[in-house]
Amino acid sequence: MPPRLRAVLDAVARGLCALTFDQRMAAGLFAAIALLPLLAPLLGGGYVLHIGGRAMILALAAISLELLIGVGGMVSFGHAAFLGIGAYGAGIAASHGLGTLAVALPAALAASAVFALLTGAIAVRTRGVYFIMITLAFGQMGFFVATSLAPYGGDDGLGWPGRTLMLGTHALKNETVFFYATVGAAAAAYVLTSRLAASRFGRVLRGLTGSETRLQAIGFAPYPFRLAAYVIAGTMCGAAGFLLGNHAEFVSPAYMHWQRSGELIVIVLLGGTGTMYGPVLGAVVYVLLEEVLSGFTEHWKAILGPILVLVVLFAKGGMAGGIEQAVAAWRRRRPGPRELVEALATLARRRAAGRSAAAVARWEQAGEAARRQRDLVWPIVKRALGRARVRVAAWRGDLGVMTEEGLARLFQQRRSLTLALGRQLDGLLSLLKGTVAEAQARWHPWKMAFGRRLVSLVLLAERNIADAAQRWKRR
Amino acid sequence: MSRPLLILERLQKAYGALRVTDGVDLAVAAGETHAVIGPNGAGKTTLINQVSGAALPDAGRILFDGRDITSLPMPARAALGLARSFQITQILPRFSALENVALAVQARCGSSFRFWRPAAGESALNAPAMQALATVGLGRRAQMPAGALSHGEKRRLELAIALAQAPKLLLLDEPMAGVGAEETRGLIETLKGLKRRHTLVLVEHDMQAVFALADRISVLVEGRIIATGSPGAVRANPEVRAAYLGKAA
Repeated sequence: MPPRLRAVLDAVARGLCALTFDQRMAAGLFAAIALLPLLAPLLGGGYVLHIGGRAMILALAAISLELLIGVGGMVSFGHAAFLGIGAYGAGIAASHGLGTLAVALPAALAASAVFALLTGAIAVRTRGVYFIMITLAFGQMGFFVATSLAPYGGDDGLGWPGRTLMLGTHALKNETVFFYATVGAAAAAYVLTSRLAASRFGRVLRGLTGSETRLQAIGFAPYPFRLAAYVIAGTMCGAAGFLLGNHAEFVSPAYMHWQRSGELIVIVLLGGTGTMYGPVLGAVVYVLLEEVLSGFTEHWKAILGPILVLVVLFAKGGMAGGIEQAVAAWRRRRPGPRELVEALATLARRRAAGRSAAAVARWEQAGEAARRQRDLVWPIVKRALGRARVRVAAWRGDLGVMTEEGLARLFQQRRSLTLALGRQLDGLLSLLKGTVAEAQARWHPWKMAFGRRLVSLVLLAERNIADAAQRWKRR
Repeated sequence: MSRPLLILERLQKAYGALRVTDGVDLAVAAGETHAVIGPNGAGKTTLINQVSGAALPDAGRILFDGRDITSLPMPARAALGLARSFQITQILPRFSALENVALAVQARCGSSFRFWRPAAGESALNAPAMQALATVGLGRRAQMPAGALSHGEKRRLELAIALAQAPKLLLLDEPMAGVGAEETRGLIETLKGLKRRHTLVLVEHDMQAVFALADRISVLVEGRIIATGSPGAVRANPEVRAAYLGKAA
């Protein structure tokens, strides 16, 4: 492998190791979607890009809704209002001959932000069902205002003179360019929203869903945080509206209807709230289902409904939840010391070309040492368990029922046993940490990731043991 | 004795016809550990709630550090240096123990309207949080989700959160509630370490804890304080014995 290519691959591998699971999934999703134009000729040309663009616009809207639902615990049932306001904002500007990116986009964003600020100032004072109802009311208010906009088409909607001019060019008219614009917007929203969720601001917002009382007691007044989140989400969805208007070169009151808001909630729930890639996945799958099912029948929602029910029933946390469960089940079969040791030994056995002999030797050492640890631990465990069993049997035989004292002695014994096991694990842990540090020094990203997982397994085992010891103590 | 940090003046609070707080006068000096005891339903938690701002009194005044805070909301009181723990644990179960405490540090340390930098990596928040966790003996559990901690550990976490606020006054509402005997001894030791460095108001049922920790004790019965004094004096007070420790005692 040429050294430069190897350096690039290593950088990518290291980058992937540094990402969270959520970020990895999102990166994969966006990368896959970005390849769509390459496949378009095989799948029927521009139409596929059109559908893809719609999915990305809905993804953008769903991400902004996830900021409210998943991060802020505010289920908004009027979020589609911002789709409409963004589209009307840009459309009205365009109908006055101001259909340039420099005017139309800021108009869409500003209109959404103002609406969010005004309605949010009232809505975020409420919680739970009241919040749902009040956002629904504001959303429908937007809908009826739009139907009465006679100069801009009223009920019939407003046809745009064309797509927004970008730097004075008709670049957005090109389906591929427009498609990538939607992908870029959705990806940017993903990055922005996940950074926001992890920031100081996001931490307060997430905290509020855990215990509002606690947050107040440590000095946070919830209102400004909720309102800021509402305005940010609304503005972001306004951007989606801007794109949606461009997509169809048209805007109508239907964009703001409560059914649209419901669809957005469905997308978030289908994809999986509590994750950031979930809404993106949800939007893609929703649009796919819409396309495929509506090809069979015009009553496609009658099929979508049961699918939704099944997802909600069987995957806690939507599709993302399902994926997480599957990954967790695959990863976390209960880690006993035996499995740890086997894993280490296998790893040590895997010699691959290009790795330094010292590193391999180190791994083998680790595996060997771990095996010794097991050989040390297992007999102790077995012997002690055997003794305990014999004793219990003896006591049972003697007394028929166990006496208080007998129980106490048994627990005492078990406890010292678990403590001994814990000490052994401590040794194993420091060994593993050394190995990980070694791998780190030689930057083998996959090894590091694997090593880290082993360490976390040991920590888990340790915790189990500590818990067990605690339980014995308590008896 | 130094000047009072917290003063309650003729505090009144009624739920319907029930007078839960009935003209309570109380002064807590800076640096002292003041315990409030009383039988069930005496109005201890309601009193704490009024001091912390979770409930507003019907009449009377609350002075904290020379300021009238009677009508301030809870977050504003927290900002002035009033921290509390809850009888029913109020932690963020999905946050790690460290994040629970770091959030309390964040409240007093710079603006929380920062949207870009990951908060989990801020050592300015994590270092004081780790210190608070270590003080209550949870240093090794920092990365555990708070919801997965044992009950005793959750009580300690409550304490760490309050400590991380670097408060002038710490209101502890039954810190030993539901905690086993062994754990209680550990908690008493922890609280002893906090005495002197902090002013504590302690509401507690556990008499062992109260007599081990308190400099002064106030006895609350049916919303009224019937006695205030040193542990020895309160123990000897015949009225207290009759009302609280039981007529047989």
